[in-house]
Amino acid sequence: MKEPENNFISVFIDEEEILVPSGINMVEATRLAGKEMPHYCYHQKLSVTGNCRMCLMEYGMPLTDRATGEPILDRRGMQKIGWLPRPAIACATKALPGIHIRTDSELVRECRNGVMEFLLINHPLDCPICDQAGECSLQEYASDYGRGYSRFVENKNVKPKRTRLGPRVMLDDERCILCSRCIRFCKEIAKDDVLGFIDRGSYSTLTCFPGRSLENNYSLNTVDICPVGALTSIDFRFKMRVWFLKETASICTESSVGVNTLAGCREGKIYRITPRRNDEVNDTWMPDSGRILHNPVDSDDRLVHYTIDGKHTLVEEAAKKAADILSKGAVAVVGSGRASVEEQYLLRKIASAVNAVSVSLVSRTGEGDGLLISADRNPNVRGALLTGLIEQLPHANLTNLATDVETGKVKTILSLGEDLTQCGLGRDLLEKSNLIYFGTHCNETGEVAHVLFPTLTVFEKSGSFLNQQFRLQTFHTAVPGPAGIRPDIDSLGKLLHCLDPETIPPSNTVDIWASMSSGIPQFAGVSVENIPKTGLLIDGSQWAQLPFIEGKSLHYDPATQQSEAMNISK
Amino acid sequence: MAFKQLARKPLNWAERTYLPQIIMGLKITFWNMLKKKVTLEYPDVRPVIPNGYRGIPTLVKDPKGREKCVSCQLCEFVCPPKAIRIQPGEIPEDSENAHVEKAPKEFDIDMLRCIYCGFCQEVCPEEAIFLQKVFSLSGYSREEMVFPKAKLYELGGTYPDQHYKWEKKRSAAEENQANGHG
Ligand code: SF4
Ligand code: SF4
Ligand code: SF4
Ligand code: SF4
Ligand code: FES
Repeated sequence: MKEPENNFISVFIDEEEILVPSGINMVEATRLAGKEMPHYCYHQKLSVTGNCRMCLMEYGMPLTDRATGEPILDRRGMQKIGWLPRPAIACATKALPGIHIRTDSELVRECRNGVMEFLLINHPLDCPICDQAGECSLQEYASDYGRGYSRFVENKNVKPKRTRLGPRVMLDDERCILCSRCIRFCKEIAKDDVLGFIDRGSYSTLTCFPGRSLENNYSLNTVDICPVGALTSIDFRFKMRVWFLKETASICTESSVGVNTLAGCREGKIYRITPRRNDEVNDTWMPDSGRILHNPVDSDDRLVHYTIDGKHTLVEEAAKKAADILSKGAVAVVGSGRASVEEQYLLRKIASAVNAVSVSLVSRTGEGDGLLISADRNPNVRGALLTGLIEQLPHANLTNLATDVETGKVKTILSLGEDLTQCGLGRDLLEKSNLIYFGTHCNETGEVAHVLFPTLTVFEKSGSFLNQQFRLQTFHTAVPGPAGIRPDIDSLGKLLHCLDPETIPPSNTVDIWASMSSGIPQFAGVSVENIPKTGLLIDGSQWAQLPFIEGKSLHYDPATQQSEAMNISK
Repeated sequence: MAFKQLARKPLNWAERTYLPQIIMGLKITFWNMLKKKVTLEYPDVRPVIPNGYRGIPTLVKDPKGREKCVSCQLCEFVCPPKAIRIQPGEIPEDSENAHVEKAPKEFDIDMLRCIYCGFCQEVCPEEAIFLQKVFSLSGYSREEMVFPKAKLYELGGTYPDQHYKWEKKRSAAEENQANGHG
């Protein structure tokens, strides 16, 4: 392979020379130059069709004498540029060495004005009732290149307005600008080719193939990439205007893929989850099933009180009581693959402070879809390995723990977020033991717990997860938790402090990371501030021999992961 | 500063009786009694409010009784003191106005917050919210001063529609259908 600098070529955008990676197209090159090339049909992760014509630009190449190969110079001694007499589309023009383009000449502006006028001829005046308003490319470019009034006096085309393409996607054909992004997505990414255009000219209409519907688990990505409001999410439809939503970076907890997401919230309520671009993990996609994971946040059965034996109390009292129980010994700790790295680290400290008989995790598995859902449905099993909470991969049932409780080896169980009744410990067994439970929602384990710590969901706290690639990714507080509930690391820190008054309870993730980066060799030098937006790859070669259950998925191949790990360890 | 001191002139006989002054005063009184009234017996009599006055904001319906607001939430966005609260909703598909698709489920204006700036009227793309000439409001509680949708329509009444945008849309659809398209 060539050296990276050899992969860069120089192009001239509006007479400004910049270096761009070779092989990219001129839309991307313009973006790298800090300028905007308006476009509708082009999408970074899809094939180029060049059908919207919004990205028209002028381009030219430096002229050379065909006979001699000598550059042709102008009067100033500069190489002459042979400008093409007509505009070309930027999305289908590859960056060539020395290419000159004009992104803002009079001709280019006229082209854009013309394209906009044609697009708006049949476009309905729907913005007040259109969910896309506020994040609509057509609206944005209409304000830049639209003429403000229409010269088209005839009736606009009428097309179906409320077509259900599938269980989650609604189509308004009048708003469709026929860019075919959705069609290409279904074909190329979701591999479920169900959409197509019928009829011709201005009667062209997007529709599903007869007898089919857009129901694959990635259907809502078409809504995200549709540049206009033609495709809308049935779930989010008419719920809230996008300009009210504050978007917070989060991580999807559906599986160990660790899809990067944005949680759109207004006044403490989450309205929608959309994918956040990360070319190393999920590109610009996410599964539909991950978009509804915010629903439990608002449910009525949230735990909202710290309780000791059914009585409400303060977090300090609860921590004191829990420490009393734990210091009697014979403790088993049940961690969670859904807890953040920080929480798992504190839990490990607690486990060693009480000399836990056993520490276990509960595995959750499902079928991987080869794209963005992996077989391991815990987002952070690798975090538990890194923090030293566990050494082996977890099992779905806690049979050993059940025997230990039965034989009396274990008298106290500390569970961080796992409903033990779901993993092989019956209610009678739990009643036999002292139970300390950290949980978000009411369940049977919470009912029998002696000390109960309500915890926060992933949207209400900050922290990090390690995904299947051993990539450390952070999530941030999107909405405030129920009143009076401290972040989980706070309650765990308080408990740790009660067990071992020497330790100062950490008040935030920065403190915990300071401690982790000095205590865990793989985390050396890592702090929350220096984790990049695309995540930080952690050396997981120490665990390469473990039989991880994930199969191949987008940007992850267990085979290469393992061989790379081997190389590193060699 | 230079100044000159003047001696007060002594009152003459007529002045000493005070009668001319009393007569002058009564003349003004009687003159005003005969003139047209300039004050109003508020609140029994109300002033005439000029057009363009900015009183309380209300929602209006079109002459055919359709609620004009489509819950686009632009007024909620623009309102400086955040007096407006809207919960958008969908018009059911079997409704007569199904083609409008969207209407507010709830629409509250907190009249204690409103500063009568008129931005909501200015921004509304559907001409659905207008400031009325009502300038005095009172109530016994804060909750009472948050006007719900029904009350806003009651106060707003009907407003003549200049465009019938949605009617035009429907008739265009029908026409195209009749021509075999759509
Ligand atoms: S697609 Fe864009 S321009 Fe068209 S109605 Fe919706 S918001 Fe307006
Ligand atoms: S529905 Fe949207 S994404 Fe699909 S072709 Fe139309 S405008 Fe493009
Ligand atoms: S008049 Fe001004 S303050 Fe009152 S509701 Fe309208 S925008 Fe808000
Ligand atoms: S701006 Fe007009 S149409 Fe939009 S929500 Fe307010 S009143 Fe309704
Ligand atoms: S973006 Fe280039 S033609 Fe559509």
